[in-house]
Amino acid sequence: MTVAAAPVLVSRSRARRKISWQTISDHAILIAGSLLMILPVFAAFMTIGASDVEISRHGMQFTDGSHLAENFDKALFTQGGFTGAITGSTMLLNSFILGIGFAIGKIIFGMMAAYAIVYFRLRFATFAFWVIFTTLLLPLEVRILPTYEVVHGMGLINTYTGLILPLVASATATFFFRQFFLSIPEELVEAARIDGAGPVKFFFDILVPLSRTMIAAIFIIMFVYGWNQYLWPTLITTDEAMFTLVRGIKQIYQSIDGGSDIPEFGRALALAFIAILPPVLVVVIFQSWFVKGLVESDK
Amino acid sequence: MKRASFNQLGLPVWLLLPQLVIIGVFFYWPAAHAVRSSFYLEDPFGFGSTFVGWDNYAGLLASAQYVKVAVFTLGFTFLVTFFSLSIALVLAVKADKVIRGTRTYRTLLMWVYAVAPPVAGFLGVMVFYQGNGPMTEFLALFGYEFRLGVNYYDTAAAMVAVATWNHIPVNFIFFLSGLQSIPQSVKEAAMIDNRSGTRRFWDITFPLLAPTAFFLLIINITYALFDTFGMIDALVKGEPGNNPMTLVYKVYVDGFRGNDLGGSSAQSVILMVLVLVLTVFQFRVMDRRIHYT
Amino acid sequence: MVHVALKSISKVYPNGVRAVHPTSFDIQQGEFIVLVGPSGCGKSTLLRMIAGLEEITEGELSIAGRVVNDIDPAERDIAMVFQNYALYPHMTVYNNMAYGLRNRGMAKADIDAAVSTAATMLNLTEFLTRRPSQLSGGQRQRVAMGRAIVRNPALFLFDEPLSNLDAKLRGQMRIEIKALQRRLGVTSVYVTHDQVEAMTMADRIIVLNGGRIEQIGTPAEVYHQPASTFVASFMGAPPMNLLPAHYNGNGRVHLSETIHIEAPVSADYSGQVKLGVRPENVGIVDSSHPDALRFDLEFVEELGAGRLLHGKLGDSGLIVHIPHTDPIPGGEVYVGLPKSALVMFNHETGMRL
Repeated sequence: MTVAAAPVLVSRSRARRKISWQTISDHAILIAGSLLMILPVFAAFMTIGASDVEISRHGMQFTDGSHLAENFDKALFTQGGFTGAITGSTMLLNSFILGIGFAIGKIIFGMMAAYAIVYFRLRFATFAFWVIFTTLLLPLEVRILPTYEVVHGMGLINTYTGLILPLVASATATFFFRQFFLSIPEELVEAARIDGAGPVKFFFDILVPLSRTMIAAIFIIMFVYGWNQYLWPTLITTDEAMFTLVRGIKQIYQSIDGGSDIPEFGRALALAFIAILPPVLVVVIFQSWFVKGLVESDK
Repeated sequence: MKRASFNQLGLPVWLLLPQLVIIGVFFYWPAAHAVRSSFYLEDPFGFGSTFVGWDNYAGLLASAQYVKVAVFTLGFTFLVTFFSLSIALVLAVKADKVIRGTRTYRTLLMWVYAVAPPVAGFLGVMVFYQGNGPMTEFLALFGYEFRLGVNYYDTAAAMVAVATWNHIPVNFIFFLSGLQSIPQSVKEAAMIDNRSGTRRFWDITFPLLAPTAFFLLIINITYALFDTFGMIDALVKGEPGNNPMTLVYKVYVDGFRGNDLGGSSAQSVILMVLVLVLTVFQFRVMDRRIHYT
Repeated sequence: MVHVALKSISKVYPNGVRAVHPTSFDIQQGEFIVLVGPSGCGKSTLLRMIAGLEEITEGELSIAGRVVNDIDPAERDIAMVFQNYALYPHMTVYNNMAYGLRNRGMAKADIDAAVSTAATMLNLTEFLTRRPSQLSGGQRQRVAMGRAIVRNPALFLFDEPLSNLDAKLRGQMRIEIKALQRRLGVTSVYVTHDQVEAMTMADRIIVLNGGRIEQIGTPAEVYHQPASTFVASFMGAPPMNLLPAHYNGNGRVHLSETIHIEAPVSADYSGQVKLGVRPENVGIVDSSHPDALRFDLEFVEELGAGRLLHGKLGDSGLIVHIPHTDPIPGGEVYVGLPKSALVMFNHETGMRL
């Protein structure tokens, strides 16, 4: 150890002379990167404080915020859209239903299937595995039209079931849970069996409590994924009362170029801000779970 | 499967059933349907369909527009992947290196992960707004008139910029955790063996990151191909017109706007094959690289 | 009284690999049996078949007079201690011990009593509300023991329970487990690859190799009268010296053209043999001794309590163990191989003659 330590010391002291410049440039790059990430959203948020007239005249701007409350109020509580049947708060509610419903659906179906595949001796387990995991290969976007026809044929247009279930039809969560279950020491099942726990007891007494962090991580990833869905909600919800935020914003800013009136920039920006906030908060607050879940399960 | 598993038949079947039913109804059936429709010509008014064999595919490949979209998709995918991977790598290396603030930088650099692509696209519209968007005004200082939605290349550039911005966080998270998982002893051994930081990065760190980078490459290609739909839809304001678009966007435009069911299905099938090839390639290479991790 | 009986038990995995060849032995009430062998010898598979965690391919297993082949592990009245302890990480020490009892529907008061008795016995009382992650390796090991004890089983099964501990703790836990087993009088089957554990803990040792039993016997029998060259070299550190030799049935063994000594047994056999002798049984003798053999001393390994002399007898390597009180011999060294300490093995089959 003493021999090995010497060169490290040399390189450390050498580094110390340059340390200030190196460190400053490192931080400068990181700050520039952070600004790149923050500025567009920050500018948009600052602009919400302006009136539509000001925005249409000057674009994004820093304001005194005099119209902030007005624009948020319009975004959340004034009815808008083509038929005037939807408010921002309804869209917010729909977004939560989609995000939470999707995440819960994924977790429940995924855990059940992964439990069956990992912990039971099944003759068709390999077959089931492949049937399920092929779905990882083809995102919904690729088979959007026929899926729409199937859902349409079942009369599920403009329903939460039709909105959520087809999105659940992929194996991501099943795959995550399978990986996680495989990493749980085998002896735990054996100890539980000797302790007289059957498959159901083992699942609820041991496996679910052990998976808590994993469940939380997957919930966060899936909530953000569901919340941010766009293409499928665009197709499946034609009734404006079913719109989610991400899908509904388009309706508002699309009129930016269309009408002869001054477009509702303030309202659209306020809605965008409301659409960004919940998933960002979830990701930032539960950062460590989220990162762990993302990095460990995706491999 | 575990060594000592439960040995019964009823329960696991019930556990698997919901997942299998959902997948069957909403995945396999539509996928099979897409393959079937790709060989038929649908009457636009809904009066039956005619079997046309490979005509839909032949028509696509002969279509100058389809080829143009394919070429754009290729270039778009390449640029987004290249920029978001390299910017994220630089940021991750720096964030891993600084002694103070790694966690703060991580938060600041990753939260954009949660911004939905269409919302990112809307912000892009504002930033590049014709006439008074901040970026438009900035470019005007250099005498360039940026015309989003009018000039094909300007719109394409905005798409690349927004997609890159939106996808840096995922790459950053994976690169950073890849860097942090390199054992301290390896870093110390490298310090002893090599004085130059740059050489250390290319000789030691980069090879150890290679599996992560490769995995991310696939993720990025998939992202650029599929997840950018909302972003593009926002930037072209739902009016493709003469604007650039990706293959997935064209599936949507032809199928839902143009009512060309056969052509749209054929495009879906081509994309499916593309993804399958990509995945097989991923597994092949991953298998060979597995020792590195 | 026979407590556990294995009759031609064998294990063939679905992929056709035969992990355990038909194996039979009986375990007496209260006996401490150690299954020992290198990794892959089938010792764990055998234990897991007794536990019911692995299906028995062929043969019959009975515990306390009841055939248990098709009985669930929970119903076999056994308890098992795992190599990695397999403690439930999300449960407290108390709940780890109580879980099995609750599943049996035992009354709360009885569970409390059983857990606190076990906890007292294992010095765990103050840790009952902690979780496994807050315990040291040795404490976790004790909790795993406690979980086994509270069940008050007919049979204890140990699957390499000490191999995750450091050397010092291992020595200490070895004694504790043995003492506990004596005190509770519960029949035990203990699997290990560590021959020291086998020697120190067992009433009887079963040496396994390649899915077959090499020898069953008391530690002394296995050590001094190994049934095969495998047992001879597996048990003991350093292992038994095995010298290639020739035996032609006339009562003498030829270690080389010129070196020959009296054979330990008179077997009806002639041909190549291996002559086995434990290092501590080789004596340093005077050159004038009638059976003195010339030993080329190459180097000395200091052990503190004794010394190992490494060298050659003729062309074959020989290790001699001498007490530290004896001087390191200098000059020409001669050794004697006492007849009573010699064992002879068939060179082809490796079996003792």
